[in-house]
Amino acid sequence: MRLSALHYIVIALLLLGVVLGVGVGRSPDFVPHITAATVVFFLLGGLAAGCALLVAFSRNILHSAFALMGTLAGVAGLYFMLGADFVGVVQLLVYVGGILVLILFAVLLTRDITDIKISNLSVSFIGGVPAGLLMLGILVRVLFGAPFKTTAVAAAAPTVGRIGDALLREYLLPFEVASVILLMALVGAMVIARRAVKEELGADETNPEANT
Amino acid sequence: MNALVSIGLAHYLVVASILFVAGLITVATRRNAVAILMGVELILNAASLNFVAFSRFVHGGVTGQVFSLFIILLAAAEACIALAIVLSIFRNFKNVDVLNTTTLRE
Repeated sequence: MRLSALHYIVIALLLLGVVLGVGVGRSPDFVPHITAATVVFFLLGGLAAGCALLVAFSRNILHSAFALMGTLAGVAGLYFMLGADFVGVVQLLVYVGGILVLILFAVLLTRDITDIKISNLSVSFIGGVPAGLLMLGILVRVLFGAPFKTTAVAAAAPTVGRIGDALLREYLLPFEVASVILLMALVGAMVIARRAVKEELGADETNPEANT
Repeated sequence: MNALVSIGLAHYLVVASILFVAGLITVATRRNAVAILMGVELILNAASLNFVAFSRFVHGGVTGQVFSLFIILLAAAEACIALAIVLSIFRNFKNVDVLNTTTLRE
């Protein structure tokens, strides 16, 4: 049973269509009204959800890592559709440009990836998948049952200035705390990675002495 | 004009739910520490997408987008630390199978 990325995207599109059809289409005054935004949304949402399923079910961890890129890019596209231009750009820069490259490094450094059997072991889908589907059912049931008070959507405007204002006025303290957290993460990662390297170097230095 | 089929809040929430559940299944079923980290990233993305969607359709301001930025920031810090730990585990155990790293229990 080998499914390619395209299969997963189609499955995700079907899942999206069924869930939305059951949830939204049940309303009595249902009139299909397809615009360009609808098509783009289903392309991006199908890409994001399909690649997420591929991350969850692929047997090769490298395929999982590359599928994660599809998910992140799809979510970035959804941000742009939501009018959040700055968040979308940051998503592309930080996730696709940074975190994904880190994850790929870790995958390639830690595992003999040619041996797929041991590279992406899973415990059991028997327990995990039904639990996940149950969770999805509960989530969808709740989100179609909840009375969200939606307001009229404003026209999309550049958000960079407003986000900068918010970060330096209302969210100044979290902003500063976040910068301290980043510094701590930087130093902490260096310490964790460096100690191991030093031990290896120490072992290399002691070995010749033991030989002589 | 019925606005239900033109894209609304529910559409984004459904996509975020699928992302969240895929991340949950990844975290629950994988034994490779890096794969578990990918699942966590999926879950964080789902939460972030929810924040931005609610910010557009319910609140109307940029508050949700600011939260989303903080989530991306924390995800970056978390991935950096977690991968350093994974590399350290790999040096000590020669693999990244989370079921093998049980020396603290013994």
